[in-house]
Amino acid sequence: MITPKPAHLQPRYDVVVVGGGPAGLAAAVGARESGAERVLVIDREPEAGGILQQCIHPGFGLHHFGEELTGPEYAQRAIEQTVEREVDVLSSAYVLDVASDRRLKVTSRDHGVAYLDAGAVVLAMGARERTRGAIRIPGERPAGVMTAGFAQKLVNLGGMLPGRRAVILGSGDIGLIMARRLVLEGVEVEGVYELMPHANGLNRNIVQCLHDYDIPLHLSTTVVRIDGRERVERVTVAPVDASYRPDMTKARDIPCDTLLVSIGLIPDNELAHRLGLRLDPVTTGPVVTSTMETTRDGVFACGNVVHIHDLVDYVSQESMLAGRGAGAYAIGTPTPPDNVRLTPGENVRYCVPPTITTDREHTVYMRVTKPMAPCTLHLGDVYKRPLRYVFPGEMVTLKVRPRFLEGFHGGSLPVSIVPREEGGSA
Amino acid sequence: MRYDVAVIGGGVIGCAIARELSRYRLRAVVIERECEVGLGTSKANSGIIHAGHHGAAGTLKGELEWRGNQMWDALADDLHFGFKRVGDLTCAFDEDQRATLRQIMEQGKRRGVPGLELWGPERIRREEPHLSHDIVEALYAPTAGVVNPYEACFMLAESAVRNGVDLALERTVRGIRRSEKGFEIEVVAGVVAHDARDGDDATPELIKARFVVDAAGLHADAIADMVDAGGFHIRARKGEEYLLDKRLVGYVKRIVFPCPTPTSKGILVIPTYDGTLMVGPTATWTDKDDLATTAEGSAEVFEGARKLAPGISEKDCIAEFAGLRAVSDTEEFILGPSRVAGFVLAAGMQSPALTAAPAVATVVLDALRDDGLELVARDDFEPGVPAPVRFAELSYAEQRSLVARDPAYARLVCRCEIVTEGEVRDAIERGARTLDGIKFRTRAGMGRCQGGFCTWGCMELLHEQLDIPLTAVTKRGGDSYVAIPRLEGAA
Amino acid sequence: MSDDRQDADREAAADREMVGARVDNDANVSHYLCIGCPLGCRLEVEEEQGEIVEIRGQSCKKGEVFARQEHTDPRRVVTTTVAVAGGLWPRLPVKTEGDVPKAAIIDVCRMLHGLRLEAPVTIGQVIAADVLGTGVDVVASRDLPRA
Repeated sequence: MITPKPAHLQPRYDVVVVGGGPAGLAAAVGARESGAERVLVIDREPEAGGILQQCIHPGFGLHHFGEELTGPEYAQRAIEQTVEREVDVLSSAYVLDVASDRRLKVTSRDHGVAYLDAGAVVLAMGARERTRGAIRIPGERPAGVMTAGFAQKLVNLGGMLPGRRAVILGSGDIGLIMARRLVLEGVEVEGVYELMPHANGLNRNIVQCLHDYDIPLHLSTTVVRIDGRERVERVTVAPVDASYRPDMTKARDIPCDTLLVSIGLIPDNELAHRLGLRLDPVTTGPVVTSTMETTRDGVFACGNVVHIHDLVDYVSQESMLAGRGAGAYAIGTPTPPDNVRLTPGENVRYCVPPTITTDREHTVYMRVTKPMAPCTLHLGDVYKRPLRYVFPGEMVTLKVRPRFLEGFHGGSLPVSIVPREEGGSA
Repeated sequence: MRYDVAVIGGGVIGCAIARELSRYRLRAVVIERECEVGLGTSKANSGIIHAGHHGAAGTLKGELEWRGNQMWDALADDLHFGFKRVGDLTCAFDEDQRATLRQIMEQGKRRGVPGLELWGPERIRREEPHLSHDIVEALYAPTAGVVNPYEACFMLAESAVRNGVDLALERTVRGIRRSEKGFEIEVVAGVVAHDARDGDDATPELIKARFVVDAAGLHADAIADMVDAGGFHIRARKGEEYLLDKRLVGYVKRIVFPCPTPTSKGILVIPTYDGTLMVGPTATWTDKDDLATTAEGSAEVFEGARKLAPGISEKDCIAEFAGLRAVSDTEEFILGPSRVAGFVLAAGMQSPALTAAPAVATVVLDALRDDGLELVARDDFEPGVPAPVRFAELSYAEQRSLVARDPAYARLVCRCEIVTEGEVRDAIERGARTLDGIKFRTRAGMGRCQGGFCTWGCMELLHEQLDIPLTAVTKRGGDSYVAIPRLEGAA
Repeated sequence: MSDDRQDADREAAADREMVGARVDNDANVSHYLCIGCPLGCRLEVEEEQGEIVEIRGQSCKKGEVFARQEHTDPRRVVTTTVAVAGGLWPRLPVKTEGDVPKAAIIDVCRMLHGLRLEAPVTIGQVIAADVLGTGVDVVASRDLPRA
């Protein structure tokens, strides 16, 4: 869906959102809802919607829109919401820099290189895929090695195929989805290979992308070599031990012309670095408050740029909050600062936001280190909730209500998830 | 087609020779088997312009290293490729190595290399805070530099072409016959083995030249043997290099060497011209077509790099490559006239060949002149080429006026390296026909996302400007397609 | 080798072999991985003379319902793209408006891949009504304006 082009670029906006994917679009809606008048979304693609435009499969929107949608349907809803609220969307544009005084440098064909000022900025640039270079697969560097997301764009937006016979490294959802996609387009998928001893994606995708098409999933196996002078000619796979060391005596060559790597997402934090924002070493995204404000006044962040999500519905939720925060900041409504620190305890890798207040309700997102079922989520001594299961691949959310913290006078609360005896009391 | 000189090989040596030849009134051609110049060893090396003191006294390598070093400023001024004298440090960890430093320093001083100094631990720590505290002394050489070697190739070739040299790309030499007027070189299209004799090849072309320069890198021996001008062997010694995330820009400011051993300069930490940190290279004998990086190579490189700068980690790796050094039996350059009149050799060009390249070119021209080639200077020789636009390096005012001239410079194609559509279009106009051709001219695709974002945009621009289908776009010519068309009636 | 390592290895080996529904030879037992929640219970459906006699392995009612459905009438929503001329992109993403029999997926895709549409297309527009007699329409997943 193409949004109308803004006729002029104003020299100043209340809120400027960097990134027009689901995070940026929801943040813009949040900003308008909190009273910001002039809101601009800047996006580098020819149309907003971000990565959703190429995610043609269903599974989005059950929480946020109350129905199951495909990626493009979700994107269209999100775009419509911004258009309805008279948010300006500048497409095919790129933010080169954001200074600490919230002056942005933007470049676009339509408006050239321009500076804009913003009452508040929301960073919503999303994530990039981890590449072959990052895991240093030995071998040659032929064409035909690409990330699963790039292959997805070639197929779904470009109407091309990445090759004729593919091997997929990584059992995350993007890899699984592409396994099915390629088969439906007549590409042979030899198998999916996963370094860990367990699959990373949803069981739904294991069944509907692999089992349905008899595509084998090889766990504890990785690609140890790529061969091919100009184009991939074969890859070599080998099983790994508990320390992820490949056993080369059991290596196997697989003739193929395509290797898709689906080995993780990394928050795209170029602008965060330029702004000198404090980053969380666990999420590698900016540290944020409970209004999603970063360590620079008036600069907010949301979506995959803060921490990698698995459900776009949570992205929208979190981003509306960031947008509301940015809007409130821009029009001068003060928000009480956070007064409780959440410290990750047993089996909790991180919490976003890492700090909250005692005066408002908060949704805290967290990820666990290892699977546990059944278990109990503990918020210090003030609250606990039984959970049937937790998995590293599925974000856990916790609604913290002020009444949980009524008797609490400390500064920090550990958040932990511990095993629970089956049938034990909650 | 009849030429005065045919240069076989379009690497940095062949391109430097071509550029020298283009100063004179003669007809010259560079024959290169890849689809662009510089795609062999010349793009897969450390990019170092050596300071001039490491090369042993009384050797051709040593002499030409220093001579060549001094010629790079003028070249960079004319040809606008990335070149910067960042200086280098050779590091000693014990007393024996300190003695080696002094010996190398003397060697350099005798040669006339200026500015050599010994730094103690305090100075090292002040100037390069991220280097290991186990380093007891370092030899500083300000004359060392870093260059983008592929850029140098493109610009040398472009300058040569501007001044009348022909480029015969995608041609592999299959045979050379001596004739009464000189040589007849049989070439076939594409990259094929030099001794392949398949029946289904396209009709071989004949390139005639009075003189031939053999700058064919790894295959210089096979080429020379075609006219029995050889009698030497070239072996391949592979070097793996690893590129690190840009967050480490400035981590070290100078090229950092360990103390050299008889066989190798060691694993280095190199701040490349564009700021990306590179570590390597390894040195292992291998076949001439083995460009694979290896787990062992990776381990060796990171271990070696950490010895010099303990904070370096595999986690920062964004890309890797391997290059093959063309090594002669004597480890020396094989440079000058051969036993066949009119056939000049520029072989065995391993480190410091990149540094020496401009000097090697003058040696080659001397040899050609001695062999009877008349060198009459062109009065219309244009030393320069238009400076390529680098949007990321322009001031705001410069960017605005550039964009006013052509709005294509306002649309970003590569976000990791900040490369605009205008720059990619320029690269295609100046000869890029592949994704690698764009990458090595503009940096698009070299950043941390390794082409995840920009490949699409570059494909579209190649498709538009070269009028080829998207599925005909290749990474580096030949069979290196990115995508194929849908299969009709699929599923 | 420690016990933990042996267990992990055994589990890994079992996982490696888990390739989906398969029928044991000695009894008519089919295996399914439940998709109801991330617990991923390994379900077993035992059949005798065409009738389900037992469902095992589930931790909740949803699992039992899923197993029955998967065994008797597995159905899927199908998404793919269709060729479109004159639009912002050369492909239009489409979806079946409900699930269709799993066995029909390939044929549905083949049929859709033979179509040639013209932009503009509106989200929800019916691209193929009652596709291959399944009673389910295939609709456009987005607006696709003219380029």
